[in-house]
Amino acid sequence: MSTDLPSRSDYSHMPADSSDGVTFDEATVERLLQLGISRRRFMSYCAGLASLLALPQSMVPRLAQAATSTTLPAVVYMSFQECTGCLESMVNSFAFSGGTTIDNLILNMISLDYQETLMAAAGDQAEERLLSVTAQSGYVLVVDGSIPARWDSGYFISGERSGVARFRDAAKNAALLVAVGTCASFGGLPKADPNPTDALSIGELMADLGISKPLINVSGCPPIPEVITGVILYYLSQGMPTLDSLRRPTVFYGDTVHEDCYRKESFEEGPLARAFDDPNSRKGKCLYMLGCKGPVTHNACSRVRWNQGISFPMMSGHGCIGCAEPDFWDRLNRNNEKGFYIPIAAGSGHSRGLPCDTCHDDNGGDDD
Amino acid sequence: MAATPNVIIDPVTRIEGHLRIQAHAVPDGMGGGTITDPGLSASTMVRGLEKILQGRDPRDAWAFTQRICGVCTVVHGLTSVRAVEHAIGIKVSKNADYIRNMMIGAQYVHDHVMHFYHLHALDWVDVVSAMKANPTRTAALARINNGTYKPNNGALPNAAYFQTVLNKLNNLVSRGQLGLFANGYWGHSAYKLSPEENLLLVSHYLEALAWAREVVKLHSVFGGKDPHPNLVVGGMPCTLSSNTGTINDDKGGTSLNTAGLATIKTAVARMKAFVDQVYLPDVLLVAKRYKEWADFGATAGNFLCYGEFPDPALVKREFTDGAIDYPAGYIIPQGVIWADAPTTLVPFDEKMVTENVAHAWYLGSDTGEHPSVGETELYYDGPLPDQGRNPDGTSKYMLDENARYSWIKSPRYDSQPMEVGPLAHILTMHARGGTANAQPTDKLVRGYVQQFWINPTAQGGLGLTFTQLNSTLGRIFCRVLETKIIADQIAGRAADRTLGTAAYAGWYQLYYNNKAGAYWNPNTFTRLQQPNLWPVQVGFGFTEAPRGALGHWVKLNRVSGLIDNYQCVVASQWNAGPRDLVGAPGPYEEALRGHVLADLKQPLEVLRTIHSFDPCIGCAVHIVDPDGKPLVQVDVNHGVCSTTRVSDMRCAS
Repeated sequence: MSTDLPSRSDYSHMPADSSDGVTFDEATVERLLQLGISRRRFMSYCAGLASLLALPQSMVPRLAQAATSTTLPAVVYMSFQECTGCLESMVNSFAFSGGTTIDNLILNMISLDYQETLMAAAGDQAEERLLSVTAQSGYVLVVDGSIPARWDSGYFISGERSGVARFRDAAKNAALLVAVGTCASFGGLPKADPNPTDALSIGELMADLGISKPLINVSGCPPIPEVITGVILYYLSQGMPTLDSLRRPTVFYGDTVHEDCYRKESFEEGPLARAFDDPNSRKGKCLYMLGCKGPVTHNACSRVRWNQGISFPMMSGHGCIGCAEPDFWDRLNRNNEKGFYIPIAAGSGHSRGLPCDTCHDDNGGDDD
Repeated sequence: MAATPNVIIDPVTRIEGHLRIQAHAVPDGMGGGTITDPGLSASTMVRGLEKILQGRDPRDAWAFTQRICGVCTVVHGLTSVRAVEHAIGIKVSKNADYIRNMMIGAQYVHDHVMHFYHLHALDWVDVVSAMKANPTRTAALARINNGTYKPNNGALPNAAYFQTVLNKLNNLVSRGQLGLFANGYWGHSAYKLSPEENLLLVSHYLEALAWAREVVKLHSVFGGKDPHPNLVVGGMPCTLSSNTGTINDDKGGTSLNTAGLATIKTAVARMKAFVDQVYLPDVLLVAKRYKEWADFGATAGNFLCYGEFPDPALVKREFTDGAIDYPAGYIIPQGVIWADAPTTLVPFDEKMVTENVAHAWYLGSDTGEHPSVGETELYYDGPLPDQGRNPDGTSKYMLDENARYSWIKSPRYDSQPMEVGPLAHILTMHARGGTANAQPTDKLVRGYVQQFWINPTAQGGLGLTFTQLNSTLGRIFCRVLETKIIADQIAGRAADRTLGTAAYAGWYQLYYNNKAGAYWNPNTFTRLQQPNLWPVQVGFGFTEAPRGALGHWVKLNRVSGLIDNYQCVVASQWNAGPRDLVGAPGPYEEALRGHVLADLKQPLEVLRTIHSFDPCIGCAVHIVDPDGKPLVQVDVNHGVCSTTRVSDMRCAS
C-alpha cells in the first residue's frame, strides 16, 4: 500500500499514469492531506460518484472541486412529522476509518449546521443556533416529515413554535429546499387516509405559504443514503438536477425499480413466485403475485441497492411496497383493493401487460 | 400550585422525536439551583397512526407501525407481525425466530452503541476540551482502555492517528464551521474528563458512525434495506437462495446466498468486537469519572418487562408451536419488579395494563382503560405556539402540570407508573438469576454486575451498590451490559467456569446450521380468511425493544378480515408519559427530582438524566378510536384565534 500513501507531490505534480486533468489549489491539497487521502483514492472516489450521478467523466474535476471547497456549504436539516428513518438512512452514508476513508467526504463537504438528532446544542442554545444559521442566506434547507396544515392545531410544536412557523422562517433565506423522504415529499404516512392531522407535504405547504423557491423531492421511505447525499452533491457541483413531474431528480427516479430488477425476466416469461419461501422464491422469480409494486415505483433501489450495495427488497424476497411514490399507503390495486400483498392491476406497469401466467389463474383473477 | 418553571429545554435534542422538558429549580443565588419536585415531560408532535390503521389489511400493519419510528424500525414491525399472528393463531418456523432474534438483537447493539456515542456522549464528553489533548498521551490511554481495538489499518491507534482526529476538529474550528458541535455546553463545570479522555471518546464517536452502517447490513440481507427492512406475517420474507453464487438475471437467487450469509457473519463479528473492545470499556471509563451520577436520576423503582428473545431451539415441530410460547426461555424475562422487593420477579398479567389520558391531549376515559377498549380522540387545549416571548424573556408558551400537557398518554400497570428499558431488563434478569429458573445469561448478568459495578475500585469495579443501579449512571451501565449479553448471544460465547455457564454457539451459527429449513408458514394468508380458526378476540403482540416493553393490540373484523382497532403501548410512552389522574409523575418526571444544576441557563444535568432513558418520542405518541368514529375536528383555540389554514396565519413571530 506504500504507493497509495497521500503525498503532496502527487497532488502538485500530475502522476505519469494519471490523465484526469484535475489541478488542485493549495488549500484543497492541504485539506486532503490532513484527511490522509491520496490523489489516486480521491480521484477514484470522484469517478465513482460521477458514475452514481450519471455524470460524464469530464465532470469529475468539478465534483472534486465541490468536494474540497474550503468553505463548506451550510445545510440546515429540520424534522417535522417524521420517524427519524430518513436521518438514520443518511447517517449510513458516513464512514470513517482512521481518518483515511474518503466515503465520508460527502458529509465532510457540507457543514451540517442544524440537525436536532445529532447536534450538541439543546433547548435555547439549539434555538439560537437555528436563528443564527438561518439569518445567513444561501444554505440548503433539508426537511424530513410532513407538516400539519393548521399552525394552531397543536399537532406539531417545537421550540414553542408551530411546524408552519418553523418551516416558514427557516425557508426564508434558503437557496434550495430538499424534501427528504416520502412524508416531506408527498405527505407520506401522516397523510395516509384519513390524514388525522391534516398533514401537508413541503411542496403543498410552500404553495400555501406562497414560497416560490427551488425544491427537490427525494422520496422513499426512507430514501437510499447515496441518493440523499448524491442529490446534495449534484446540486453543489452542477446546480439543479433535471427533475420529473413530481420534482424528483431523474438521475435516480427516472426508471422504475422493476427496470433494473434481476427478477424481471420471469415477470415477462414466468414462472412467478406464488408464496414466500416457495421454490420459485428461492430461485429469485418475480414477486408480482405477492404484491410487488416495482413496475409502478420510481427509485434506484435495484440499481444502487441498499447499505453499500448489499441487497434491495426484492433481492431479499419481499416485493416493493412502492414507498417512493405519492400516496403509496393508499394505492389501489387489483379489484380496487389497498394492500402491499395485492397484485397491481392490469395496465399499471407503464402500460405494460401483466405477466402471462397471471391470466386464468385462481389466485390472480382475470387479466382485465 | 407549582412554582413557575425556570428550567426549560425545548427542543430536547439528541433524541428521536420532539420533546419539551420543564422543571422548577430552587435558585442557589449563584445562577444554579436544585430541582425539588418532579419535572414535566411533554411530547409536542402527533401523527395519529392508529387511526390510519383502521380498515387496513392486517398483513400491511407492520409496514405502518414500522414507520412509528425509524430508529426502532425492526421492533415495531415485528410487534405488529406477532400481534396479527396471535390474532389468527399462526406459528412461525424456527428459522423465522432465529432471524427475528438476530434482527432485534442487531437493533439493540446498533441502537445502544449509537445512543451512547451519538446521542448521549456529548453530555459527558467536552469536544472543545478534546482539542487540547496531547496525541501521544491519548495513544497511551487508548492502549490501556481499548488495548485490543485496532482501528488504525489493523494496528493500535498511535499519536499520528489521534493527530488526524485533532486535525479534523481543528479544520472545523479554523473554518468557523463547527456544524453539529456548535453551541454545546462546552466548558460547563460539570464536564470532568481529561482532554485525552475526551479526544479518545470523540475518536470513537466518529468510528462508531462508520461501524454502525456495517452492522445494519444484517437487516439489509434479511430484510432488503435498512432502515425499515421488510417483514411478513407468518415468518420471514427472505429465503435461502437456490443459487449460492452471484445473483443475476440468468441465475436468479436471493440475498441469502454465500456472499449474503458471509456479510451477516461479518456484521455479527463486528458487533461483538466493538462492544467488547470499545463500548464496554468506554462506558466504564466514563462511569469512573462520573460516579456521583449513581446518586441522581432514580425513578419510583417499579419496573416492567414483556420479555424478549425466545429460544428457537424449543420449537418442537415447525408451525405447530413456536418459541414465542416459551417465555420461560427468554433471554430477557417477562415480569414485574416492585420497588419494595427489587430482587423479586413477579409474573406479568397483560390485563393489568391501562392507559390514562388525564394529562394528555385526548378526550376519553380519565380513569384508565385497557388498550383494547380505550377510546380517545385528539383534543389539543394547550397553549398556542408562535406567540413570542414576554418582555422579560420568559416564555408565553408554558405547559401546566395540572392541565393536559402532552401527546403521550400515561400507561400504568396495576395503576402504577413503571420504568421500562435496559435497567428493567438487567434487574429482571438479575432477579430471575436468583431463582431455580435462572438462565445462563442471568448468571452472566449477576457476575458482570458484581464485577463491574459492585466490586471495590481496588478490584477494578466501581464500588457502587446494587440499589444505585436505579440511577442515571445505572441506566447507562445496564444498557452496555445488556448489549454485551445480546451481542454474545448472536455471535456465540465461550464457557465461563467461574460463573458456571456453558459455551453457546450463538443464534447466527444455529440459524446457519438450519438455513435450509422453512422461513414462512404457508397457511398464513388463508388463515386470514378463516375467522372460525382465530383463537382470540384481540391479538396481543409484544417485543422487548431496546428502549423497553412494547405491545401492540389488534382487533380484526370477523367479516371483512380487516383491522377494526389497533393500539400500541410503547416503551418511551411508559417512560416519557405525563402525570396520571392521581398526579403520579411519569418516570422522566420523577427522575428529575433532586437534580443540582450549576447553571440554570445551561441545564446539562437535566439532559444527562433525560438522555439516560434514550428518549424515542415518535414511538410514544398514540391515539385510538376503537369504534371507528370520525375524529372530532376540535376547535382548539378558545376563541383566541379561530383561523386555521396556513394562508391565514395570524400567529406571531
